[in-house]
Amino acid sequence: MKITRGAVVEEAGNSIENKTGTWRTFKPIIDYNKCIRCMVCWEFCPEPSIYKEDGSEKPAPNEALKKLPVPVIDYDYCKGCGICVNECPVKAIEFVKEVK
Amino acid sequence: MKTMLRGNESVAYAFKLARIDVFPMFPITPSTLVPEMISKFVANGELDAEFIPLDSEHSAISAAIGASLKGARVGTATASQGLALMHEILFIASGMRLPIVMGIGNRALSAPINIWCDHQDTIAQRDTGWLQFYAESNQEGLDLILMAFKISEDKRVLLPSMVGLDAFVLTHTMEPVDIPEQSKVDEFLGEFKPNYRILDTKNPATFGAFGSPRHYMEFKYAQHLAMQAASHVIDEVFEEFERKFGRKYSKITEEFTEDADIVFITMGSCTGTAREFIKMKRKEGKKIGLIKLTVFRPFPKDELRKALKGKKVVAVVDRNFSPGFGGAVYGEVLATMYGRDEPKIIDFIVGLGGRDITFDTFEKILEITEKGLEGSVEEINWIEVDKEAVEKEEMI
Amino acid sequence: MKNDWLFAPGHGLCAGCAIPIIVKHILAISGENTIVVNATGCLEVATTEYPRTAWRVPWVHVAFENAAAVASGIEAAMKKKGEKANIICFGGDGGTADIGIQALSGMVERGHNVLYVMYDNEAYMNTGIQRSGATPYGAWTTTSEVGKANPIGNARPKKPVAEIMVAHRASYVATVNVAFIRDFKKKVEKALKTEGPRFIHAISTCPTGWRSDPSKSIEIIKLATETGLFPLWESENGEEIKITYKPKFLPVEEYLKAQGRFRHLLKNPEYIEKIKEDIKQWWRRHGVEI
Repeated sequence: MKITRGAVVEEAGNSIENKTGTWRTFKPIIDYNKCIRCMVCWEFCPEPSIYKEDGSEKPAPNEALKKLPVPVIDYDYCKGCGICVNECPVKAIEFVKEVK
Repeated sequence: MKTMLRGNESVAYAFKLARIDVFPMFPITPSTLVPEMISKFVANGELDAEFIPLDSEHSAISAAIGASLKGARVGTATASQGLALMHEILFIASGMRLPIVMGIGNRALSAPINIWCDHQDTIAQRDTGWLQFYAESNQEGLDLILMAFKISEDKRVLLPSMVGLDAFVLTHTMEPVDIPEQSKVDEFLGEFKPNYRILDTKNPATFGAFGSPRHYMEFKYAQHLAMQAASHVIDEVFEEFERKFGRKYSKITEEFTEDADIVFITMGSCTGTAREFIKMKRKEGKKIGLIKLTVFRPFPKDELRKALKGKKVVAVVDRNFSPGFGGAVYGEVLATMYGRDEPKIIDFIVGLGGRDITFDTFEKILEITEKGLEGSVEEINWIEVDKEAVEKEEMI
Repeated sequence: MKNDWLFAPGHGLCAGCAIPIIVKHILAISGENTIVVNATGCLEVATTEYPRTAWRVPWVHVAFENAAAVASGIEAAMKKKGEKANIICFGGDGGTADIGIQALSGMVERGHNVLYVMYDNEAYMNTGIQRSGATPYGAWTTTSEVGKANPIGNARPKKPVAEIMVAHRASYVATVNVAFIRDFKKKVEKALKTEGPRFIHAISTCPTGWRSDPSKSIEIIKLATETGLFPLWESENGEEIKITYKPKFLPVEEYLKAQGRFRHLLKNPEYIEKIKEDIKQWWRRHGVEI
């Protein structure tokens, strides 16, 4: 057990060791054939567990969109709140029951 | 050369000599002159510090924590209700291990509201994890504030300290005080370089985290060890202070105890009266000794056990009381001496709410104590209280 | 970088809680040169359980009621050392509107160079949904229970903390709603560029306490503004407030019915009428007829 003087947490941002994805009962899945890469999901993800991927090989509804960064869900942390599902303007995110 | 100073002025000079960086404050009788003087020092440019006049003592101690965590040397002053209002945050200052130093004008607590001297305010903060020092004189007030910084800032300790000066008897009374030279104080304290983790944007850390049952006790045990270490550090710092400034301090000061059967234990300004009283009585052939407690936390158990060995009766002079028990110092002495047949320990509650402690007071204490030499006496004795006025049924 | 927010994932805030959305955006704008002071509350408890922290900037929590005082001390120490950084306080509505209002008032009055952000989920959520001074009229909480003798729930209007800060002549005061992200970011940028004491009031959905669907957290606060119930405005140096967004003035029922805490009101149209009247009056005072 590591005890620091005055209970200081010395390593910034080490909460990434907590894999809060285990909380999930529903899982958001991005359909990249529909995703217009507007990043609304990235903007509103509370964890934050959606990151931007540059130069992605992922499919897109059209070639021009492929130049844009694509949102990727990090399931290690996604608690499955569904905000991204609700806010997606093109309904490109499916919300399915988590199978564990 | 000595200067005539009020106790509050001694404290203010000590803060100036310690070159504090930040002084958060809220005014309260009887310690108000401390912040007034610091305000003047800062306005004059005599002291390069940030003076923050806060909205309450609670906010003052909170700001002290913020400033200390940003790596500032921090002093503040308060008393009585103000200290009570700080209560919650005092635990946090010690739990976060911050070397804040606070001057106290020891004053009674309401109700009824009372601005005069007793030790109830600091005694009530006994378990907050602060080191506690009590001054007998204004010189001690100044010296103890300086030493408190050195002790609190020691890496083995890193706990906050409070230094008590009796309300009015010291805070408002002129006494000759030697104000040490700045260069000597600088040499003694050194430039303040925090030896603890601070709020630093280049090296971010989290302070004041949430401690679950898995870790909480370890942090408290660490505080316990730091208090134990403080006991040794206090000795070292007292010795160094004596070498540099020529004034001797110890956690307990024994006088006339060598051949004494009876020992008085005092804290704060009434020690002077006790000393003169004992000198007078010794001329009459009475073998009375005196122990002055300068350090109340960490409690000087070992020193007391040594000093009280072979003594017959101890009269503990308590300028405070814990309702439902008795005096707090009495309780500590009892616990310290537990399991030893001698001495007999008797408690005297005196001088609450600024009632004077005089030769007459000690005469009464001695009378009961001498009875204690022969036979049994009351455990807890309220001295110079109009018991008759109270003991009418309808008055209680 | 996979995750470059200054607020890291792995914290314990409830799914759908809007607080981290507010915090991550504010930190993204303020950057690494920021010190955060956090009042006791959901955000503090859920992000810093020893030995872990979600914070990638220096962060300190002391107690419930004193974030503004702690920030005052930090700012003073920085002044003494000649250092500069953004000092941002985060406090919930309880820690700000109620128990922390004295320290906040003092900090603003003394003019400390601090940005105070109140994330307002309209009750003491950390302790289990007890009413605060910022709980709105008609809301159920565990200390404004609804029953035969009290069909309203919380019978008092919300304390207008941001307006109280305007009365303090804070150098910048704004209400923000993260659902209106452009307005939100613009105001945070402005607040961070302004010197002196600044105050931001951010509405924040609490699915647990509002009895709402976590996936609707953004949709619901969007409705709070679109119904006229949570107006977006700003004010500088105590000047009259300026509306920054003209709502659609959707029927307030849209907002109320999305939340279980208002369910009892739907059976009592007179209470809903009162809410509508309050909205009308607020906008009338600010020159808008609905």
